[in-house]
Amino acid sequence: MELFTRPTAINKKYFTPGVIILILLALNGLGWLAARFIFGIGAVTNLSNQYPWGIWIGIDVAAGVALAAGGFTTAALGHVMHREYYHDVVRPALLTAMLGYTFVAIGVFIDIGRWYYIWHPLIMWNGSSALFEVGICVMIYLTVLYIEFLPTVCERFIGHMNLKGGLKFLNRPVEKLLILLNRGLSKTMFIFIIAGVVLSTLHQSSLGTLMIIAGPKMHPLWQTPILPLLFLLSAISVGFPMVIFESLIAARSFGLKPEMRVLSRLGTMVAPILGVYLAFKLGDMFIRETFVYLTSFNLQSVMFVIELLFGVIIPLRMFLSKAVLNSPLWLFIASSLVVFGVFLNRLNNFVIAYNPPYKFATYIPSIGEISITVGFISLLVLAYRFIVMNFPVISQPDKKYSPATKFAIRGSEE
Amino acid sequence: MAKQNRRDFLKTAAVAGTAISGLSIKPAKAAPKNILSEDRMGVLVDTTVCIGCRNCEWACKNAHNMPTQPQDKYSDRSVFKEMRRPDENAFTVVNEYPNPQNSEIPTDVKVQCMHCDHPACVSACIVGAFSKHESGAVTWDTTRCIGCRYCMVACPFQVPAFQFDKALNPQIKKCDFCYERTKVGKLPACVEICPVEALTYGSRIDLIRIARDRIRRNPEKYVNHIFGEFEVGGTSWLYLANQDFSKLQFPKLGEKPAPGVSESIQHGIFAYFVPPVSLYALLGGLMWITKRKNESEE
Repeated sequence: MELFTRPTAINKKYFTPGVIILILLALNGLGWLAARFIFGIGAVTNLSNQYPWGIWIGIDVAAGVALAAGGFTTAALGHVMHREYYHDVVRPALLTAMLGYTFVAIGVFIDIGRWYYIWHPLIMWNGSSALFEVGICVMIYLTVLYIEFLPTVCERFIGHMNLKGGLKFLNRPVEKLLILLNRGLSKTMFIFIIAGVVLSTLHQSSLGTLMIIAGPKMHPLWQTPILPLLFLLSAISVGFPMVIFESLIAARSFGLKPEMRVLSRLGTMVAPILGVYLAFKLGDMFIRETFVYLTSFNLQSVMFVIELLFGVIIPLRMFLSKAVLNSPLWLFIASSLVVFGVFLNRLNNFVIAYNPPYKFATYIPSIGEISITVGFISLLVLAYRFIVMNFPVISQPDKKYSPATKFAIRGSEE
Repeated sequence: MAKQNRRDFLKTAAVAGTAISGLSIKPAKAAPKNILSEDRMGVLVDTTVCIGCRNCEWACKNAHNMPTQPQDKYSDRSVFKEMRRPDENAFTVVNEYPNPQNSEIPTDVKVQCMHCDHPACVSACIVGAFSKHESGAVTWDTTRCIGCRYCMVACPFQVPAFQFDKALNPQIKKCDFCYERTKVGKLPACVEICPVEALTYGSRIDLIRIARDRIRRNPEKYVNHIFGEFEVGGTSWLYLANQDFSKLQFPKLGEKPAPGVSESIQHGIFAYFVPPVSLYALLGGLMWITKRKNESEE
């Protein structure tokens, strides 16, 4: 008998020792964040006229966008290609993407010096700027992600509206509104799903175009005209590993059975995509003959080797193995390596590879910068935990065996 | 039907975008190949003439209403011990290097924004806060800037500086080629004050002619290279020297404009919105086909 699952809010205790630690890290980050707004960027960061961008751009924004790629890759697989098999992982991936991009937007907001002008790109256009393209795409995509998440919100509240006291009279009208919204969304969702995939393709690649204009300021191991393609390919290849990674962590954290049935099958697709990425990465290296830079031993060459070896080659080999695909632990390790590889790649591209011609000191992120970045990651995990405990996101075995519900909850299809 | 709407939307968005960017007042856009005025101005810096008096540093601060020490303090030559860079408190600085031809007289090099003909900052800026003017100047507009510092990442000469210490309204600071002064017929402050005429202000074409002439008449004095004539597609500021420019810490740059590659990629991806719209249509088709396939299997 096939096992039927449906997204369900997880009923567990919110506060655990791990959650308390995350809350402390988040509070520490928020404290530093207050300092950033009161005393300015210079007071909190080690950024300078030599190094205008640091880990807030390299990690919070660039790596954040890449690691949220699970959203559009699973949407393409589940909704565009209609591989119903993978539906269970689409919602968690969508939630990660939504939260990931939200924090990317917050990351940009705190990094720019004039945060109160963040809306300027909406009306002041510069079509030749790669950053403009990234900015606009991310803004639209974030909106699309929120729209894609709305059916989950509708599902949570339709039939469960329970406002107390003086707001009681609102229960009926709000519910009516939600039903109407849900019906409208299920008819039009395909527009947003395709738009989400297109927008992701565009800005994931344009994020790679960003550093091209830095020209010789960027180490030749990374500086290449095909950066946009490499960024797109690496984003696609980290999509499924990221979904596996977080699904296994969530299962562990909530004491659920890992959805190995779906995850191992998802894992079989990783190796080919990673292979294409590796081929372009190596091909680019040989065509531009940049391998000569690997003979000198310095931070850049070491980071490049770590990124390629541990982030691409080793996990690629692992994903080809049946034993790895069927073992939750090994699958987790392999996925973590890919996630680590792409994370490191973004950090390398934006921070490590950046080599200004005139420098007085090498950039090392300050305690404040690290605290804020760690604080944001903690907040993201806390928000994820809160949402999966209050909204139907993670699929669990359905006790009431009813295939009809299984299709009715989708929202995106009739 | 709905898909059609989306496509129409994209088209309208493209048109609206053109309209909005057309409406906003912009003297010149990036890669202005054909709008660069033939008689745009520039400055020729003859580093063999400069005596390192640093009066230009004082005049620059004075002209831009920046806090400055009294002028006589600028004769202090101890600052030359370390290389300095233009920053948010000084749009121009002079550095000193050994002179291979005469160890008694060191070589002094004034540094400031080069005012590229195809500026990377103009191309990169997310909101178009930088403009290349017909006069040659590259200026920054405080009403647009969001403080993202992408111009600093993009600039091949590492010139734009940012007021990191300001919590509110930090600005990007760099030489503006005395845009306000030249507009009313005055010389740039540094050129005006230079006591030895190390700086020559004039139309870029004339300056190149003068520079070539100096090299031709004194071939043993100058290296046969006008820095800025071809670097990153040409700059408004041009330099003469008696030694290789790399020894004077000039960056080694190609002749292609700095924004060239990224702009062609950018315009390739967004050629009249054709690639994104085609991808949208392709995915829509794929979605429809797989759905039909699934339904027929059931």
